[in-house]
Amino acid sequence: MIHVENLSKYYGEFCAVDQISFDIERGEIVGLLGPNGAGKTTTLRMITGYFRPTSGSIRIKDHSIATEALQIKRLIGYLPESAPLYHNMLVYDYLLYIAGIRGLSQEKSRVRIRELVDLCSLDQIMHKSISELSKGLKQRVGLAHAMMDDPEILVLDEPTSGLDPNQIVEIRDIIKEIGRQKTVILSTHILSEAEATCNRLVIINKGKIVADDTTRALKQRANEEYTLHVSFKEADLAEVEKEISQVNGIRRVRRIETGEKRMLHLKLTCFSDHDIRGEVYAVIRRSDWELREFYRETESLENIFRELTTEV
Amino acid sequence: MQVFNIAKKELKDYFISPIAYIVIALFLLLVGWFFFATFFLVGQANMRNFFALLPAIFSFVIPAVTMRLFSEELHVGSYETLLTLPVTFNDIIIGKFLAGVFFIAALLFSTFAYPLLIGFLGDLDWGPVIGGYLGALLLGGAFTAIGIFSSSLTRNQIIAFIVGTLICLILTLLNNTLFLFPNGIVQAVAWFGASTHFENIAKGIVDSRDILYFVSIMVIGLFGANLAMQGKN
Repeated sequence: MIHVENLSKYYGEFCAVDQISFDIERGEIVGLLGPNGAGKTTTLRMITGYFRPTSGSIRIKDHSIATEALQIKRLIGYLPESAPLYHNMLVYDYLLYIAGIRGLSQEKSRVRIRELVDLCSLDQIMHKSISELSKGLKQRVGLAHAMMDDPEILVLDEPTSGLDPNQIVEIRDIIKEIGRQKTVILSTHILSEAEATCNRLVIINKGKIVADDTTRALKQRANEEYTLHVSFKEADLAEVEKEISQVNGIRRVRRIETGEKRMLHLKLTCFSDHDIRGEVYAVIRRSDWELREFYRETESLENIFRELTTEV
Repeated sequence: MQVFNIAKKELKDYFISPIAYIVIALFLLLVGWFFFATFFLVGQANMRNFFALLPAIFSFVIPAVTMRLFSEELHVGSYETLLTLPVTFNDIIIGKFLAGVFFIAALLFSTFAYPLLIGFLGDLDWGPVIGGYLGALLLGGAFTAIGIFSSSLTRNQIIAFIVGTLICLILTLLNNTLFLFPNGIVQAVAWFGASTHFENIAKGIVDSRDILYFVSIMVIGLFGANLAMQGKN
């Protein structure tokens, strides 16, 4: 669907994007991840035809950006960073204008705007001027703008920046919903967000791709080992330690100081090719310790992200 | 089609904000003051003095009207949104240009009261009046193209206004500064001045050379804007 080859962009001497290549298939939700200034926005701007690449090629559905930019722009719905919309227009007027530009007929645009109002919950703000809107509301109008003619590819630059947690969850759900049928590319520097929404991650640093894999594979790669938390009330550390360390596959047992009296919280570091939860439970069942907590820590991508994007 | 979508939006922008009304009021005030200050003293039923004022006044009014067309988009960032919609550079430039020209037409329309009034007072020759309005529209179009060009250069509206005014004033005043140029090139320099071409049409003599002049300025201005846009990405 999207084929990027040896793409580079220089601003004068400064190299913002350096020879990157990737392919994106239909139905993928791809997260472009990287620290600030890594070249995420520049990459998206080249894909959407706003910037001309210094070198390299972008092909989208057999159209080359160099010669058929207009066809490509028809396929893509794009929400630029911080949703720069015409601030002096009313939300309804703005959406109607975009519908016109996107080539929707009058009745079609009325129907489509209705749909988008429901999808992005805009019904309370249709008569407001865009300049009056809060950042989150503006972002939603921007999302409606990007989805106006139901584009095959949706490109979102930091779609959740500046939103409150509730709005972030809402926008994530919308993106996931769209991602069922469409191709979505989004950029972010928030790891948990990429983890929650994307099924593939491309991590870039200083203009280069440093990792490109499915979210699950990257997560696995992130941790060769995982952590199991158990906590007991009224249990003796030495005894627990002795019993539990008999289980195969535990590397380390560490006590975590929680401050609560008579509580024993242990962090078990385990090899990830070995699920020991059953065995640990068997040990606990044999004893008379009062079990309070027993969970496996979800691995975060933070480790791998830091590893890949910081200079050693 | 896209051209009209953009033109419609830009024109609407003028009239939903106070800019249009302020500019029209200011224009009418200036023109009315200067024109009628001498009109009754001279005692002639023509609009020659009115049209003589237009190049100078347009040099300020039109860049003020057009300065926001690109600069504001660049400043707010909506330029990026606009450019990633399925429109070409020329759609955008011509759309904005048409909106500017429509606005100037509205501005000129608001002065129709003058010829009606003068026709009522005396025996007005309508030929030069019609020629004058045609010339004014051509002049307005040319200055709009210049204003759009200067607006496409910068995200700062004030700079866009000053650059636009400067270019328009040079074209307007060039014919008054011919004595500064050596004999050999006076003819050539004179051709670049806007006022003689405008005066010809305003006399009621519609010569294709004068029309060609204004159309050339429009094409050059809009082409310059296109180059400025290309230079940005």
